[in-house]
Amino acid sequence: MRQVGRKGKLVLKDGSVYRGTLYGKRNAVGEVVFTTGMSGYQETLTDPSFCDQIVVMTYPLVGNYGINPEFNQGRRCFFQGYVISELCDHPSNWKNEQSLEDFLDEQDVPVLVGVDTRAITRKLRNYGVLQGVIVSEEMPQEEVDKLLALPEVHDQVAKVTTPEIYTMGEGKYHVAVMDYGIKQNILNYLASFGCRLTVFPAFTDAQEVLASQPDGIFLSNGPGDPKDLTTVIEEVKKFIGKRPIFGICLGHQLMALANGCDTYKMKFGHRGINHPVKDLLEHKVMITSQNHGYAVDEKSLEGKNIEITNISLNDHTIEGVRYLDHPTFTVQYHPEASPGPGGHEYLFERFIKMMGGR
Amino acid sequence: MPKLQNVKKVLVIGSGPIIIGQAAEFDYSGTQACRALKEEGLEVVLVNSNPATIMTDVHIADRVYVEPVNVEFLESVIKRERPDAMLATLGGQVGLNLAIDLDKQGILREYNVKLLGTQIESIKRAEDRELFKETMEKINQPIPESTIVETVSAAKEFAREVGFPLIVRPAYTLGGTGGGIAENMDELDDIVSKGLLYSLIGQALIERSVAGWKEIEYEVLRDADDNCITVCSMENLDPVGVHTGDSVVAAPAQTLSDHEVQMLRQASIDIVRELGVRGACNVQLALDPNSYRYYVIEVNPRVSRSSALASKATGYPIAKVASKIAVGYTLDEIQNAVTKKTTACFEPSLDYVVLKFPRWPFDKFVTADRTLGTQMKATGEVMAIERTLEASLLKAVRSLEIGLIHLEMPELKALSDEEVHDRIHLIDDQRLFVIAEAFRRGVTIDEVHEITMIDKWFLQKIMNIVNMEKRIKSEPMTEDLMRAAKKMGFADVVIAGYIGKTWQEVREMRKGWGIIPTYKMVDTCAAEFEAATPYYYSTYAEEDEVEVSDKKKVAVLGSGPIRIGQGVEFDYCSVHSVWALKELGYETIIINNNPETVSTDFDTSDRLYFEPLTIEDVLNILDKEKPEGVIVQFGGQTAINLAGPLEKAGIKILGSSVESIDRAEDRERFDELLTSCNIPRPKGHTVFDTEGALKAAADVGYPVMVRPSYVLGGRAMEIVYNDDELKYYMTNAVKASHEHPVLVDHYLQGTEVEVDAICDGTDVLIPGIMEHIERAGVHSGDSIAVYPPRTLSESVIKTIIDYTNRISIGLEVHGMINIQYIVRNNEVFVIEVNPRSSRTVPFLSKVTTIQMVDVATKCAMGHGIREQGFRPGLQLFPDYYAVKAPVFSFNKMSNVDITLGPEMKSTGEVMAIDYQYSRALYKACIAAGINVPHEGSILITVADMDKEEACEIAAGFADLGYEITATGGTAEYLQSHGVKVRVATKVSEGSPNILDEIKEGHISMVINTTNHGRDAERDGFKIRRSTVEHAIACLTSLDTARELQHVMSAMRRRRVVSIVALQDLAWEG
Repeated sequence: MRQVGRKGKLVLKDGSVYRGTLYGKRNAVGEVVFTTGMSGYQETLTDPSFCDQIVVMTYPLVGNYGINPEFNQGRRCFFQGYVISELCDHPSNWKNEQSLEDFLDEQDVPVLVGVDTRAITRKLRNYGVLQGVIVSEEMPQEEVDKLLALPEVHDQVAKVTTPEIYTMGEGKYHVAVMDYGIKQNILNYLASFGCRLTVFPAFTDAQEVLASQPDGIFLSNGPGDPKDLTTVIEEVKKFIGKRPIFGICLGHQLMALANGCDTYKMKFGHRGINHPVKDLLEHKVMITSQNHGYAVDEKSLEGKNIEITNISLNDHTIEGVRYLDHPTFTVQYHPEASPGPGGHEYLFERFIKMMGGR
Repeated sequence: MPKLQNVKKVLVIGSGPIIIGQAAEFDYSGTQACRALKEEGLEVVLVNSNPATIMTDVHIADRVYVEPVNVEFLESVIKRERPDAMLATLGGQVGLNLAIDLDKQGILREYNVKLLGTQIESIKRAEDRELFKETMEKINQPIPESTIVETVSAAKEFAREVGFPLIVRPAYTLGGTGGGIAENMDELDDIVSKGLLYSLIGQALIERSVAGWKEIEYEVLRDADDNCITVCSMENLDPVGVHTGDSVVAAPAQTLSDHEVQMLRQASIDIVRELGVRGACNVQLALDPNSYRYYVIEVNPRVSRSSALASKATGYPIAKVASKIAVGYTLDEIQNAVTKKTTACFEPSLDYVVLKFPRWPFDKFVTADRTLGTQMKATGEVMAIERTLEASLLKAVRSLEIGLIHLEMPELKALSDEEVHDRIHLIDDQRLFVIAEAFRRGVTIDEVHEITMIDKWFLQKIMNIVNMEKRIKSEPMTEDLMRAAKKMGFADVVIAGYIGKTWQEVREMRKGWGIIPTYKMVDTCAAEFEAATPYYYSTYAEEDEVEVSDKKKVAVLGSGPIRIGQGVEFDYCSVHSVWALKELGYETIIINNNPETVSTDFDTSDRLYFEPLTIEDVLNILDKEKPEGVIVQFGGQTAINLAGPLEKAGIKILGSSVESIDRAEDRERFDELLTSCNIPRPKGHTVFDTEGALKAAADVGYPVMVRPSYVLGGRAMEIVYNDDELKYYMTNAVKASHEHPVLVDHYLQGTEVEVDAICDGTDVLIPGIMEHIERAGVHSGDSIAVYPPRTLSESVIKTIIDYTNRISIGLEVHGMINIQYIVRNNEVFVIEVNPRSSRTVPFLSKVTTIQMVDVATKCAMGHGIREQGFRPGLQLFPDYYAVKAPVFSFNKMSNVDITLGPEMKSTGEVMAIDYQYSRALYKACIAAGINVPHEGSILITVADMDKEEACEIAAGFADLGYEITATGGTAEYLQSHGVKVRVATKVSEGSPNILDEIKEGHISMVINTTNHGRDAERDGFKIRRSTVEHAIACLTSLDTARELQHVMSAMRRRRVVSIVALQDLAWEG
């Protein structure tokens, strides 16, 4: 059933205001980012990497095919808020089990509807990502300012990582999975390639992880600034050279930091499912799913025995590296897709091969 | 320089004339291809028989051959030009089929011509059903159970195995010609026997029908390094069963989960990879709405109508990129022309909804079967861009120019609830309108879904529109309601109708509330990157991102969808007008909604607004841009119709004034003008009812030509011979009223002559005069036109010059004027004057080498003819002859009479040029697809009044060695005049009769005219239709027959194939 919306607004730190109809009980305060995927809103909503962000969908029609638990990528939605143009109230698809509106209500995610999302996107593109709040229309400016002045939130990984160790899959290769906010489809992929997974909370000691006798270690995606994770980086350092390692997204950044490289915050990041990435080893361009606001600094690789294996065709930022001194390779983009295009199985195969060679 | 070494000269094959299933999209793609190749420093040789195209302009390709697009002519071009490579995947199915033929006949090998882009092997694997099936099986891509048959009995055998419904698709045809869905054995028999005939290789695929499933398309690009991207997904509103060319299509896909989107995307890529396509490819899939099951239903390894749509929907120039791939570039080496920063190797992201709506010719072919199926029937399409599906749909409806401004069809109002309910079952061109009407009557979404299988998501959108109508009608109009209605795409005039106001009042009301459209950019990337493309659409949102410049600027109105009577030639004119304005230093703005055209390429004008061509939509843009004025004379009747309302709204019409247009179109005022200039015209009157019509006919004398005023393409125009026919016409064919009067003119038989001239207000430039082969009475668009004229006396030519001058200056024309004359006994009469660009302008521009639109545009902007360096008056005739011949699509339209008359029926045209008149005409016939036989039997069956003329023609053909077959009266008459005749049985005399003879292939050509009177026409109708079904020539005008006989005689001992490049004419002309 459709709730009664109220007048609401998204206010950005630079003072710009975008009005719409607000559904939801609470305010939202967070970094405002946009994503350009035209399908896959549910996978995006449940991707833990978006933790604490206010997400703007550039595609105007959202919720068309409803919600089905099988598409969830995390145990819940970690968004601060959601900003869209049109919320579909009559979804249609054979997999539809719940309307997006009900899902958002259930997840307690405020959503601002009927907004000129393209205008926000243009703003973010030109100014870079900004702090913002979603509040009801009548909230006075002083209160809005107070919310905007709140310190930026950190340590999102602690919120999204698994509270307990668990296992998944059966197979020849035992993989220790470091969960910094892992997407379900990464686990599914690894399992489908014959991996037996032990999933560890993000802050588990390296010793404990290695003690589980894994054939390989996987460093997952996750939210936030990688440099926040100083203790995690220290633990990652201890993995180096011990086992074959494959990292995705945050895992890629953490490994770089652990090897003495640097990361930086991008202007507005890469979020969408149409990003071209050149694989310099295979001489191929892949269309990839991406969701990151930080990147590994190319200059910081200088003098290190690290090879850039993948670059973004859009802005030439690093999308993947391999470490020549130890059996490790990482990618910035999301080969597990969900949402987005597939065709990246070869990376998982590469990881399997590395474990088989041990 | 091109990546491929050793390639310096490339032959590009164009798609030839516009027919149903192959329209203007190949002018857009061909033009992009030629330019992309020239950019690489390659010399481009083009062969295309269609003169009404930008691609056949002398500056688009280095060598332009407007010659028949067939193996013989292509071989001749190859022999002369010796290109080292050929590009065949941008000329539609015609280009693809030719590549296969040229390869098969060893011509490519003989002349060492390398095929660029997708290779023959790949083409064959996509096109040949058996190879395709094998390929799909190899990569585990599911295709519906099927078999290939070469006989009807084999088809029946398969039907007994798998049951019905079955879908029949003939191999190697255009637009699904001859295909269909069979529900039983009888239908199967009928469809298969026709299909086998249309197939170039006599094969048809019979497969299990997945009618009712979702139909999804992907446009894929692949380069030689195996990089693969999908440009766009598209979802047909109409489930599988309706040809995609006849479906309403949304982009991107709307009702698919990401899992489904990626599943089908990956399937498309896997298929394209396995086929080894190098360039563009279209993949069509059927998806079960209740599971993840899908089938691959079709693959086109070339640019197509869908790729044109995908290009315009996303801003991604598929044809250009495909051409670059063909010369060896990889996707990541090609720049994204939109962002100029990123590469072509990415997938566009849309932040709006695109809707394509087909434009059908049923307004012209009123008797045609309107049912939609696997046989495409649309002549063109419109595209709309908005940020909601509802608004996109309503914009598309407004763009169609079918007399509707909303998803509401007045004639459906008269139906009972039951009739409306019954009509939901009909799959025809009005289905969405019927559904909306049903919702208004309380039918539910579930019921409609049950019947139509259209996804409920789309039905809900239609319901939303109907609900909004109810709100507007029942609630007081407030700012919020107005904003909601405008966001949903309701036109001012629609809202006005519901609340009892005028559209101007509604416009003022909403402007008072600050409700004005904002304009957004189509940038391929959903605003992620800055883009420089000046390609915009309107939406009622917050931010208008389109900055207006303070340069001097002019807006050019386009011509909307391709339809009979208003084809690609008007797009050609719009594009040239823009180019001329740019030359004069103006910033140019184009407003148009046809995705198939060059005018809607983002690099044609300085600014492109993709919008409906209605007064509201156009005024909104002009309010914003504030150009000096608007040019309406190149956009056909679409633009002309807007001239009056625009002027009333205070907009300056550049060139000929609204007053001039009105004086030419208003009957009384036109008569005054002619009288004052002392120019004769056939006597006629304007009438408002049947009584008036009868009185007028009595005064002017039968036969009379009757037609509604303000028409294009001779809509509802007829020649009637007596009171009964006139009464029938007035009650059945037109709805006469004071707003819509009917013209009754004496029908004068004589030679029809057409002039396109340019006037600057003082001087008149007449680039050329065209003479029609068919006498007046056959619509000028359906006549064969010859330039320069062959039979006109010097005194007649002088008179025509004189009249043209007087009318042009009398009307104060500034720009283009088209005048049609009838010459009878050396006397010249005026029958029609249009102070605008006509269908013949591209043809005449090409053969006179005067860029008429450029000159006319400059006249409209105040630059005189002399100032532009031209000598006024009729220009010198050249040493060559040029012939323009009409092309028809009758094989796509069952139940349509092919007899030529005042109502236009052709969908396209071809041109041929030669120093020999006979050869020019003969080449035109070949190019037009008239199957001219060299031997065999010619069936002659003509009306009584035509027998004498027919006798002479029959004798001529008999002398050339043809057998003459005739029935009844015609046979007797011919025999009594010494023509040897084989007598055949009339249709009404029992069987086997003449129809059986046609079916069995005993007749190689038919010459047929019929007695007047509707009942007598049945036999003739059956004969004519059977010629269409069996692809033999049928001439319904004795003028055509006579001329063809002379040509056959003249060409008997001459070589047929002789080619000439337009560039060579320019030197000698």
